[in-house]
Amino acid sequence: MSDTDLKLHPSLDQGPLITGGQTFRSVTETISSIVEGKTSKVWLLLFGAALSLAMVLFGSIGWLFWEGTGIWGVTNPVGWGWAIVNFVFWVGIGHAGTLISAVLFIFRQKWRTSINRFAEAMTIFAVIAALVFPGIHVGRVWLAYYMFPVPNQMQMWPNFRSPLLWDIFAVGTYFTVSLMFWYTGLIPDLATLRDRAKTKIRKTVLGIFSLGWRGGNKQWKNYELAYLLLAGLSTPLVLSVHSVVSTDFATSVIPGWHTTIFPPYFVAGAIFSGFAMVVTLTVIARKIYHLEHFITLNHMERMNKIIMVTGMMVGYAYSMEFFIAWYSGNEYERFAFINRAFGPYAWAYWTMITCNVLIPQLFWVRKIRRSIPVMFTISIFVNIGMWFERFVITVSSLANDFLPSSWDYYRPSIWDISTFIGSFGLFFTLFLLFIRFLPMISMAEVKGVLPEADPHYYHGKEDSHGSN
Amino acid sequence: MAATKGILAEFANPAELIHAAEKVKEAGFTRFDCHSPFPIHGMDRAMGEKRSILGWIVGPVAFIMVAFGFAFEGWTSTVAYPIVISGKPFFSYQAYGAVAFAIMVLSSAATALFGMLAVNKLPRFHHPVFYSENFARATDDAFFVSIEAEDPRFSEKETADFLKSIGGAQIELLKEND
Repeated sequence: MSDTDLKLHPSLDQGPLITGGQTFRSVTETISSIVEGKTSKVWLLLFGAALSLAMVLFGSIGWLFWEGTGIWGVTNPVGWGWAIVNFVFWVGIGHAGTLISAVLFIFRQKWRTSINRFAEAMTIFAVIAALVFPGIHVGRVWLAYYMFPVPNQMQMWPNFRSPLLWDIFAVGTYFTVSLMFWYTGLIPDLATLRDRAKTKIRKTVLGIFSLGWRGGNKQWKNYELAYLLLAGLSTPLVLSVHSVVSTDFATSVIPGWHTTIFPPYFVAGAIFSGFAMVVTLTVIARKIYHLEHFITLNHMERMNKIIMVTGMMVGYAYSMEFFIAWYSGNEYERFAFINRAFGPYAWAYWTMITCNVLIPQLFWVRKIRRSIPVMFTISIFVNIGMWFERFVITVSSLANDFLPSSWDYYRPSIWDISTFIGSFGLFFTLFLLFIRFLPMISMAEVKGVLPEADPHYYHGKEDSHGSN
Repeated sequence: MAATKGILAEFANPAELIHAAEKVKEAGFTRFDCHSPFPIHGMDRAMGEKRSILGWIVGPVAFIMVAFGFAFEGWTSTVAYPIVISGKPFFSYQAYGAVAFAIMVLSSAATALFGMLAVNKLPRFHHPVFYSENFARATDDAFFVSIEAEDPRFSEKETADFLKSIGGAQIELLKEND
């Protein structure tokens, strides 16, 4: 026994990742039973509400297709209204999932195992909600295929010099890669559900999707490398996606958009808003499904720390924008920023500052970082603040551009609002289906971080020993 | 009588499974596998497994596809559909990075997933280990060693005795039942 000289300093010991004296069996039981048990009343209620909201979205889209984008509040000079705001908002939310599943994996942050499945699912559904908006904003939706490099009889090709096209590729790739990453993680867990299935239909369906997984080490070694490769590919991808989204703005010549700080600023904001959404959803799910032993307060506290750090990054970006506007000596740039903070959209600007910069500062206090009701409230504020950030950027720069005679005040129409609210319905409908039918915590990965999973755990307890 | 396709033995925990893997390897078996609900650290070495070749598949795909992305963008903008937009040059290689990168990531990720399945010979819905009822616990909390009947050193009686001698329990011959 030589573990005495390898003991951690007490200040570094953060306690067990998973609490409640879990065994491999209890992990399987707790998480599978959520999927296998009867549908709860709470779930049905929430699902009904979410589906109704999703219907609001589909209805609004239907009217939009019938009538055209004129039903929205977009007009001259604000040609980009809520559609782009909502798109950036939803794509940003997705980023936390990939950060948790890929970046934290590469940094060997074992605490991610309890929340990664959940967060990846959130990514996929957020990106679906996001992709709705550019899809319906094109106006003549039957020509949406122009965005893809499809050989056609007109011999046309997309314009690869346009950031809007980069966006199609970036977000499309992001969605597909996230889906593949998520599915890769699901294979061993689907096999667990397959082996527990009682009915023939269930066994067949789960059998097909688990692909005949046997959990042999000859499979695990390839699986683990594939997972690592996917994480390695997703890491630059998650940083690039929102950078590309920001180039939609940054490569234009509009004051307030035309800045080089946009890519890192957008990425930090995306992670910020994404973690807020993960906290919002996790607080609800762990309460309803009694997952407090798997998603402990330590997990929540770590996420809150990330929210605080990224909140300060966006705060830095907000102030740096002002500094550069002043330092550049560019008259239009200066006006754009003074107008942002004190012009007609000042109310939106200060909502954003309050929600994104001031409120997350409360997380300096440990008690607040570990209080479920407080973190839930703060996460909602961050979600609101980040939506306003995109609103401020998009609308305030467009509404008051170079020519005062063309200035106008932008107002959303009822259809803007119904489409946005409806997109939450779509998101939550998909999310609720996920937690009902798929294991929301990765069983194989959680088992892998239990102390019993380490062959050295049995050292000295029995006669057996590990390979080294 | 149904043909024997292999043999299955259960072990108590990850440490015992690693221990057993070393013994099975030392005994000269080649067609065996160690099944566990999660990957076990150190198992590759215990089984004498080489590193996965997947990186050698995904790497070249990544390089080829990033080059293809650049070439494709260049070809569409200069040869297939040259069109003047804001006076930008047709061959604006600076603008091609984002899309070439996306094409690279997309194809590499697909190669990682489908390559992993191909190397693992999945999907495969029919395998001798599934003849065992007990094997359902391999994805829950149990640890197994399986040895295939096609292994040259395999013999029903001796292999069973050998697995017992290294601590295996619930030793089961995998017999065709369908």
